[in-house]
Amino acid sequence: MSVLVDRETRLVVTGITGREGTFHATNNKRYGTQVVAGVTPGKGGQQVEGIPVFDTVQESVEKAGANTAMIFVPPRFAADSILEAADAGVRLIIAITEGIPAHDELRVYTQLRRSPDVRLVGPNCPGILSPGKASVGIIPASFFKQGNVGVVSRSGTLTYQIGNELAQRGFGNSSIVGIGGDPVPGSSFIDIIELFEQDPETEIIVMSGEIGGSAEEEAADYIAANVSKPVVAYIAGFTAPEGKTMGHAGAIVSGTAGTARAKAEALEAKGVRVGRTPTETAEIAMEILS
Amino acid sequence: MDLLEYQGKQLFARHGIPVPSGKPAKTVEAAVAAADEIGYPCVVKAQVLIGGRGKAGGVKIAKDRAEATQHATDILGMDIKGFTVHEVWIEGASDIAEEYYASIVFDRSAKAPLVMLSTKGGMDIEAVAEEDPAAIARLHVDPLLGFQDFHGRKLAFAAGIPADLIRPVGAMLAKLYAAFVAEEAMLIEVNPLIVTSDRDVRALDAKVTLDGNSLFRHPDNAALRDPSAEDPQEQMARERGLTYVKLDGDVGILGNGAGLVMSTLDVVAQAGGAPANFLDAGGGSKADAIVSAVEVILSDEKVRAVLFNIFGGITRCDEVAKGLIEAFDVVKPQVPFVVRLDGTNDVEGRALLSEADLPNVATATTMNEAAEKVVELAKTGVAA
Repeated sequence: MSVLVDRETRLVVTGITGREGTFHATNNKRYGTQVVAGVTPGKGGQQVEGIPVFDTVQESVEKAGANTAMIFVPPRFAADSILEAADAGVRLIIAITEGIPAHDELRVYTQLRRSPDVRLVGPNCPGILSPGKASVGIIPASFFKQGNVGVVSRSGTLTYQIGNELAQRGFGNSSIVGIGGDPVPGSSFIDIIELFEQDPETEIIVMSGEIGGSAEEEAADYIAANVSKPVVAYIAGFTAPEGKTMGHAGAIVSGTAGTARAKAEALEAKGVRVGRTPTETAEIAMEILS
Repeated sequence: MDLLEYQGKQLFARHGIPVPSGKPAKTVEAAVAAADEIGYPCVVKAQVLIGGRGKAGGVKIAKDRAEATQHATDILGMDIKGFTVHEVWIEGASDIAEEYYASIVFDRSAKAPLVMLSTKGGMDIEAVAEEDPAAIARLHVDPLLGFQDFHGRKLAFAAGIPADLIRPVGAMLAKLYAAFVAEEAMLIEVNPLIVTSDRDVRALDAKVTLDGNSLFRHPDNAALRDPSAEDPQEQMARERGLTYVKLDGDVGILGNGAGLVMSTLDVVAQAGGAPANFLDAGGGSKADAIVSAVEVILSDEKVRAVLFNIFGGITRCDEVAKGLIEAFDVVKPQVPFVVRLDGTNDVEGRALLSEADLPNVATATTMNEAAEKVVELAKTGVAA
């Protein structure tokens, strides 16, 4: 088992004819993911590396049986593309695009929450990898192997860092889910931790958070009340100054809110062990597993 | 992106929000001319992107031209919490009967705009929130529905606004909300929102933060960025399309991916060092981006050693190595470097580096080892 993406995934990639879209759609296909369609309005009928291109997401669902969408269009078109995918009946939408205006994200989030069966992961995320089954997004899949550690993270490269430390110690992953670094993520830590809790293959959950917002604090309360599996956390940004955006649009300490210290303390207060470095985080996970 | 007070007021004015009329000035002469035109008494206000201007002496009332000259001379060039005042805003003194507080915050936790109103304006609102939370009326607005008239009345009654002001204050909140949405703001704060003795409601201050990701839709707002208020390195980095934040320390940092760079800063601090900057070279960085990044990092004269921490996903370690080799050729750094390359094409990258045999470049295999080495080098100039 795994969460969200697997051998049943039938992926449509919006923005497939762009340079990045083509590169990553092809990579995902090479990994073994069923990439069944691409969408670029006006380019229907073309092919990208053997993947048929349609004008609308609706057509990709009807003619190619797409059930998952990966959004790879530029920021100004991304909200529209997500809403189009939801309208076409796609139930899992993974938005890689970075730089979507926050008010667009707010409208999309509010609209999608009205259809509880639609799930958005991202935006500004590296995607989802279920090793040995499917890779949707830009995670360098070759570093990870199948196993029982579920990883959920706001950061891409930090996920690779922690995942790689686990891999070097012989541990693999059930799934790796990037929820993204934006202020309004479609899925929260809680949403993904809930899936890992239900997934029989996942024995331990590693969550990697960072400064800004209160998603880690909310996750701490949720874990204490609802999660039976061990959770290990890492928080980045202890040295981040107040009021500065640290790369990710959502990574900002506002006044006294959103600090790494507050997040780490909230998690520890609820019994979640927090590693001080990515290495220590991997070591704690390993200690619990062995 | 934060706006200066007067830029916020000009934005308010475009949305029909009443603000005192005024003029910005960058020199004492221009300030005095503006004061003469506006008339006395007037207020000379420092324009810097930091709170606490009044306490720092950056807001002064001038009764006449002599006082306006004195205040403008004192305030221009003044340092307020590390921010130099390059500009003042001169506005007519307001007749204040009441001071309220109003704000709209992009509430990430609730995923909705949060509108707040209080009769306890003119003071530190965080202190009010701490001591008397009930004094602040709060309401989340459904972003797909928008702000309704009844929302305004509900907030005004809850905040204890006098009966004759319920409608005007409600109308003010509606206009602020409209500005918040139209300009794609992350924050709009008016403290104080004043009531004059004629019972007019006006915004006496304006704190506006705009969403940097939406500026492509608002070219006028994008043009408000004030390069003189920016740190020179940050300005240089922005012009080169790099994500850079200046910090206080002496260890220059380059990494790929915001999370990994934040984590690198933390690990360097844990090793006893002080990071000089945050620099995310981004996904898929090519050699020329690395050269550009090295130039930005080294333009900070405090930097005594530099750490490259790369975990290659889309980014290829051989490209980073090529960039570093080229940077040594172009920039000729005088400080030691520690390089940790892991991930995509790491073997090729390390081979390129060892072949190039750059002076003063040490390699490390793990992030922790790299951090320890660079901290030692920054302190002693010699690797541990």
